[in-house]
Amino acid sequence: MSGMFVHNLRLGTNSLRRNPLLTALMIMSIGFGVAASMVTYAVFRAVSGDPIPQKSAQLFAPQIDNRGPQYNREGEPPDALNYTDAMALMRAHKATRQTLLFQVGLSVTPDDAHRMPFKALGYATYGDFFPMFDVPFQYGDGWGAEQDQGREPVVVISRALNQKLFGGENSVGRRLMLEDRQYRIVGVTENWDPKPRFFDMFSGNAYADPPQVYIPFTYAIDQRIDTYGNNNCGSDGKRGNDFDSWLRGECVWISPWVELNTADQVQAFRQFLDGYAEEQRKAGRFNWAPNNRLRDVHAWLDHEHAVPPESRISLSLALGFLLICLVNTIGLLLAKFMRRAPEIGVRRALGASRADIYRQFLAEAAMVGLAGGVLGLVLTGAGMFGVGLVFEPQIARLAHLDISLVALTLLLAIAATVLAAFYPTWRAAQVQPAWQLKSN
Amino acid sequence: MTVQIKPILSALRRHKAGTFLIAMQIALTLAIVCNALFIIQQRLAHLSEPTGLDEPNIFVVQNEWVGQATAEQVDAKMREDISVLRALPGVQDATPSNSYPLRGGGWDDGIKLKPEQLQDTSGAAIYFGDDHFIDTLGIKLVAGRNFRSEEITSMNVRDRLSPPVVIVTKALANKLFPSGDAVGKTIYLVGGPTTIIGVVELLQSQSVDRWAAGFAYRSVIVPKRLAISLGGWYIVRARPGQLDAAMRAAPKALFEHNPRRVINDEDGILSFSQVRSRAYERDRGMAILMGVICVVLLAITAAGIVGLTSFWVGQRRKQIGVRRALGATRQDILHYFMTENFLISCGGVVVGTLLAVAINLWLVTRFEMHRLSLVYVLAGVVILLLLGQGAVLAPAMRASRVPPVEATRSV
Repeated sequence: MSGMFVHNLRLGTNSLRRNPLLTALMIMSIGFGVAASMVTYAVFRAVSGDPIPQKSAQLFAPQIDNRGPQYNREGEPPDALNYTDAMALMRAHKATRQTLLFQVGLSVTPDDAHRMPFKALGYATYGDFFPMFDVPFQYGDGWGAEQDQGREPVVVISRALNQKLFGGENSVGRRLMLEDRQYRIVGVTENWDPKPRFFDMFSGNAYADPPQVYIPFTYAIDQRIDTYGNNNCGSDGKRGNDFDSWLRGECVWISPWVELNTADQVQAFRQFLDGYAEEQRKAGRFNWAPNNRLRDVHAWLDHEHAVPPESRISLSLALGFLLICLVNTIGLLLAKFMRRAPEIGVRRALGASRADIYRQFLAEAAMVGLAGGVLGLVLTGAGMFGVGLVFEPQIARLAHLDISLVALTLLLAIAATVLAAFYPTWRAAQVQPAWQLKSN
Repeated sequence: MTVQIKPILSALRRHKAGTFLIAMQIALTLAIVCNALFIIQQRLAHLSEPTGLDEPNIFVVQNEWVGQATAEQVDAKMREDISVLRALPGVQDATPSNSYPLRGGGWDDGIKLKPEQLQDTSGAAIYFGDDHFIDTLGIKLVAGRNFRSEEITSMNVRDRLSPPVVIVTKALANKLFPSGDAVGKTIYLVGGPTTIIGVVELLQSQSVDRWAAGFAYRSVIVPKRLAISLGGWYIVRARPGQLDAAMRAAPKALFEHNPRRVINDEDGILSFSQVRSRAYERDRGMAILMGVICVVLLAITAAGIVGLTSFWVGQRRKQIGVRRALGATRQDILHYFMTENFLISCGGVVVGTLLAVAINLWLVTRFEMHRLSLVYVLAGVVILLLLGQGAVLAPAMRASRVPPVEATRSV
């Protein structure tokens, strides 16, 4: 059986050499179709992936409607919390873990006076952030509840920042000057950069450069460090006239996250949110029915449109392109196989069964598919360089050619070609032995 | 010259599969090509929208302070910086602001005509600027007057936005006061009433993304310096021809004056052409991608037609020989194949038009795109009919050269 297979492959290769033009056309058609699909798929895969697969079903972003139906968009509560509601969430402590976060941009002054200060972006957050999001550490660890409550100036820095400031040494326990304030380094993270950055979609940082510093939320508020990210005040005019009244006001700028491990916990947390909104209504702050959301990572990314429409449109068009290439291949294979009707007639007359013809021609198609796949790989590789022309650099650099993509490219090419070959092969197998012999 | 269509049709009936495949391919190609052309046109139109600025001479500096400071301290430092920039020989003017057109983010707010109104009459981009703002950006005042220097005050980012006077764009003025008499009228910002004292011709919003489309070109200039401890932007207009020199001189002078600042190496200083190309990266990218897909697709379809027609010609050498022997000229044979392709293409084009509209409807519902204009379908139809005729030419020529003697040969 396997000897027959090798024989069929050899027949296929010989036949491909016989009509170089038709063969080249088919290979090019498949190669281009597969490459277009693969390049756009690589981008799509990069932007639609699960940024935290081990926990995405246990992490939730609570939303509380503090605007009311007159001001919110299509009934949806705002995508972030104001300070009042965020604090209430932390005080209630209803989840396994909970954190708040907002983006900070802090100037770093290196100890070496000859080096210029520079800006480091990161987050003001709670200690739960690190175990919640499985942040890996190179040195030390995150801070704990004690530092949150003590409102201490501690800092976790990224591996890249540690490299830049301390040459990659263990810097835990050393001091770091941020905005002219002294912080104590408690941990250095590994290179950690989930894409899209699900926990900070609100400030449009889905594909931003990796965060470099993390400081306690409580300390940041004490020091009146303002958000570097978005601040949305809606249109109801209830805003303050300085930092403190802004804090007490209804502008939303804080992203909250909670970890809930069981369905019961999720249910209980929903009830907590509704209970809180009801309380606020009774207190006269909200004059509308509770309108809250509790979305897990997938639902949240969907809601925030993490996948750029450009990526979906180009993937759909590339698939359409592949379809056309396949129709083209069916036509060319038909031409190629039917040209060999006399040969088929002779083989059938000499005792070859229909199944033999099927095997021979499908093997030949597989050869075309393989060759098309190899060309497709080369073109995909070239396309990866071109991705930067089509997508923004932040997104383009996420797309890459790896083993799974190489395997998928070859598999797609062969599978698609064999599929395309079914009709031409069926036609070839219909050739009658007697008729062909008579005509000769 | 007269070509009989009937015999062609009956011949095609014997090649159902091949005919169907070519027609299918033409239909699918048409559907994709005219949608792609349409997307290209939409994106190109988007990225050629004007900002209203004197773009060739403008650059922007993102200045971030080291250390936290009070609004008063920040304002003082900012004013010093602006004097430093204005004193540079290559600089015509400079102004501090919270954002600039095409930056991608900034302050937008609701505008009302009455204080008790619940819904905003319009959204608007809020630009902070002093009395040099209009001159620096190179925008044109078409009604009323500019700010006076004594009207300019400073405010903290978390303070209430309540300037006594504002300048608005013509687009916003027309939306608020369609009768064209906006100057002198009172409007309500979130912080209270304010009077329109001037109208500028054109000033684009800080973003051209979809979220900002609702208030495109509707901008308000408030006579304030936004003093934020984090820092802000300086918009600088260089003297004609001195952009590069001014872009090099500006950070040097700023650091000499006060080194406790950060101007990012990567994007701390951008010429407006860089700003523009960053803002429209996605649009340009989509246009390029669609262009490449169109070209490759048309090439593949043409190759497919050449391949299948060559095969038909090969299959029909004997029949062609018979026709030639019976008196058909080379021209007749050529026309036969050209007409055959034309008929198949027409079939494909009809199906393709329906498909094109269907794909467009899907894009409209799924991605909020615009309705396909029929001009693009027509363009696609013409392109594909020409492509088919071009592709069939070579095999048809070969067919026309089949000698009549072929009729006497077997297979």
